[in-house]
Amino acid sequence: MQNLCLMIVLAPLFGAIVTGLFGRTVGRSGAHWLTIIAVGVSFFLSVVVFWRIVIGGEPSYNANLYTWLESGGIPFQIGFLIDELSATMMVVVTFVSWMVHIYTVGYMHDDPGYQRFFSYISLFTFSMLMLVMANNFLQLFFGWEAVGLVSYLLIGFWYTRDTAIYANLKAFLVNRVGDFGFLLGIAAVLMYFSSLDYAEVFDIASDMTGVTISIWSGQDWSLMTVICLLLFVGAMGKSAQVPLHVWLPDSMEGPTPISALIHAATMVTAGIFMVARMSPLFELSTTALSVVLVIGAITAFFMGLLGLVQNDIKRVVAYSTLSQLGYMTVALGASAYSAAIFHLMTHAFFKALLFLAAGSVIIGMHHEQDMRKMGGLRKYMPITWITCLIGSFALIGFPGTAGFFSKDAIIEAVHASTTPGATLGYLACLFGVFITALYSFRLVFLVFHGESRMDEDTASHVHETPAVVWGPLVALAIPSVIIGAIAIEPMLFGDYFGSSIYVDPENDVLARVGEDYHGVLGFIWHGIWQKPFWFATAGVVVAWYCYLRRPDIPRRIAERTSLVHRMLVNKYGFDVFNDWFFAGGARGTGRLLWQIGDVGLIDGIVVNGSAKFVGWWSGVLRHIQSGYLYHYAFAMILGLLALLAVFVHRVAG
Amino acid sequence: MSVEAVVFYFFATALVFAASMVITVRNPVHAALFLIMAFFASSGLWLLLEAEFLAITLVLVYVGAVMVLFLFVVMMLDINLTVLREGFARYLPVAFVVAILMMVSLGLIVGKENFGLQTVGPAEKASASYSNTEALGQVLYTDYVFPFEVAAVILLVAIVAAIALTLRPTRQTKAPIPEKQVAVRRQDRVRIVKMDSE
Amino acid sequence: MLSLAHFLLLGAALFCLSVAGIFINRKNVIVLLMCIELMLLAVNMNFIAFSHFNGDIAGQVFVFFILTVAAAEAAIGLAILVVLFRNRNSINVEDLDSMSG
Repeated sequence: MQNLCLMIVLAPLFGAIVTGLFGRTVGRSGAHWLTIIAVGVSFFLSVVVFWRIVIGGEPSYNANLYTWLESGGIPFQIGFLIDELSATMMVVVTFVSWMVHIYTVGYMHDDPGYQRFFSYISLFTFSMLMLVMANNFLQLFFGWEAVGLVSYLLIGFWYTRDTAIYANLKAFLVNRVGDFGFLLGIAAVLMYFSSLDYAEVFDIASDMTGVTISIWSGQDWSLMTVICLLLFVGAMGKSAQVPLHVWLPDSMEGPTPISALIHAATMVTAGIFMVARMSPLFELSTTALSVVLVIGAITAFFMGLLGLVQNDIKRVVAYSTLSQLGYMTVALGASAYSAAIFHLMTHAFFKALLFLAAGSVIIGMHHEQDMRKMGGLRKYMPITWITCLIGSFALIGFPGTAGFFSKDAIIEAVHASTTPGATLGYLACLFGVFITALYSFRLVFLVFHGESRMDEDTASHVHETPAVVWGPLVALAIPSVIIGAIAIEPMLFGDYFGSSIYVDPENDVLARVGEDYHGVLGFIWHGIWQKPFWFATAGVVVAWYCYLRRPDIPRRIAERTSLVHRMLVNKYGFDVFNDWFFAGGARGTGRLLWQIGDVGLIDGIVVNGSAKFVGWWSGVLRHIQSGYLYHYAFAMILGLLALLAVFVHRVAG
Repeated sequence: MSVEAVVFYFFATALVFAASMVITVRNPVHAALFLIMAFFASSGLWLLLEAEFLAITLVLVYVGAVMVLFLFVVMMLDINLTVLREGFARYLPVAFVVAILMMVSLGLIVGKENFGLQTVGPAEKASASYSNTEALGQVLYTDYVFPFEVAAVILLVAIVAAIALTLRPTRQTKAPIPEKQVAVRRQDRVRIVKMDSE
Repeated sequence: MLSLAHFLLLGAALFCLSVAGIFINRKNVIVLLMCIELMLLAVNMNFIAFSHFNGDIAGQVFVFFILTVAAAEAAIGLAILVVLFRNRNSINVEDLDSMSG
């Protein structure tokens, strides 16, 4: 098992190092063959591991391989924890990553940074695997930061574009905010648990419920709440929850394969995975769960709304990702961790599919991303159309598709949850379904249906993309349809996750949902008569009416509700506020410190001021320094007189 | 009034008079001569205090060597006396005030109350066979032999320093002096003359 | 009967006279040097008076050293004076202000 794990992790790293450092030597085809084989090996070995752990029923594997250092009696180790949760994640990560690798061959075909790109995405896979397979907080943090670093490199892959540089800087900075909270959370764990090992921390976590921590004097906070909230701040950064979501839409500046990789399988799911991994901690704090739930609900609903006004095909998908991440977070908040992971998995497949389909459209349109200039592509790109349609159906939760099972499970779970804020979460999810259907099919209709709005030059070139591009689409479309039906029963209601996820019996909403569960077909039948399906259907119908039947309606609505529309276009002003408050504030503070602190105080008063004072004082003193001997003699004699006076006083007194 | 008192007051008066003249006369030569007189008077007083060796040394060394040196220098230098006397009257009051102040305070300290006969008894008279020179030599070459050596070195250094300061070495060689050559400016060497061609 | 106070007061008078001399002869370096000699004489007077009245010969040893140092000082001072006059053609203290700040 140890060798398997090492192989899984090191194969992508090996590919990344070779293509990164010796890209010129291995050449373009060498680069993609090497990395694709490396990640492929990683995927197949992950499947083997998955088979042995989940299906073969082997006990989970937890071992430390290497002690990095030991400080204060606490060892900092590198080790692997392979249980049902991480095995699932490994398969998802490596599979999507593998598909993205293959797809990249077509997408980046004529990019000069070909080898560099393969190196980065392999490194990304390695980082994500390290994160997922970690058995301690330190290694988790390592993977966490490595993912952040590579995302920075990838978003700014086209580093000659100003917008790309801005976007990757933004992603990096916003993630730093989250990581800071995460680091504080880890520090708190280390401080109170004296260990960073998952198993040890989780073992004694339940003893810590009564412990309080005083951040400000006089206010005692529950330790578990503080730790969980800090850790969740990290998750908010990585998984792009409000208000740390701002980096994700901008990260569309990167090449499309990386959008798929970041948004579907790797980086953004890190936060969800982390919270699920920390379930033994989160279960101890209802406050933290409630915060998680509310944040998720806000993200799920409001970020979906933004998808309605976007015209960039990739941005629509990006906002849909934000919204879906909100769903997962809601599930986490409702203690339905396995539902969150389930949705994470199905989402990984259909979102990667959607991104790659969008990328395929972009290739076909010769790097045109504006949906207003598309339309009627169904005839030209049938495979892309079909797969994209499948992805969209999965996304809106059409009965039978993967998304249907996971999303319905979440909604049902939230409905059953008693965590404070669950009602809000339920409503947000419910209306979110309508919004999701609306923007998804707005995309489908605008791009593939209706009249063509392409200019003639583009229209003459549009064609179906090569097999290396649509191959992964098909490969992803299959699990997008079937994975839900296969996995729902063991994952949600069975003992799939075993001990890797801990749910307090009081919070176990999935068990309550499971009481009404009677097989896959029953679930589908049940789902058809439920509100989410009606909402989704309504969304599709509205989209059809507004964007195919009467294309003038959206504009009229936008004009009527110009205030709301403008708010949506401005993304609720988060960017403006951040630019004004944080960036502007920091610049203002910097300028203030520069002009008053540095120029005024340090340079002006301390440095130049002291020099000036010495100069002035010397100017005064130099009048005394006349150079005439008798002045000095006079001064000496005066001094003598003074001393004499003292002496006389002492003798006489 | 005993004989000693008469001698004391005689020499004291002479000393104070000589000192006053040293600081007030116009001519430095006269000042030097009055200084010699002051030394002689001191010498007499020191004899009264039974410091015969030092009294003789004062006359021999100071009057014979140092004051002659003073006279040499004064006479050797061509001094403009009128300039040097400027401000004499102007500073007289200040000098007077300072001197009186100092005298009063010093008098308060060393007056009869602190150092009169009641506090410090009269000195014992030395026996007829007492030799001040021998007594001084006894101490000087035993207890104070190291300071004595140092004093000798100081005198040697003074001799060397005086010679080194006043000696004007005549330039014997014709070697170039680089710093002067470098410091030469154009206008030191070249003069451009405008004139009609003939 | 002569007491220690007599000699000490005489020394004090001599000292004050020389201080006054420094003030009023402020331009003439030679007389300044002479005044310093007078000051040293006043100090020597005190030393010898104390030595006599306390019956301790050590005071005279110190006078001996002071005489030595004073002689050296006079020699060097006059040498400097000669060099100064040679360079400046003046012994006026007012001309000597190159150390002015």
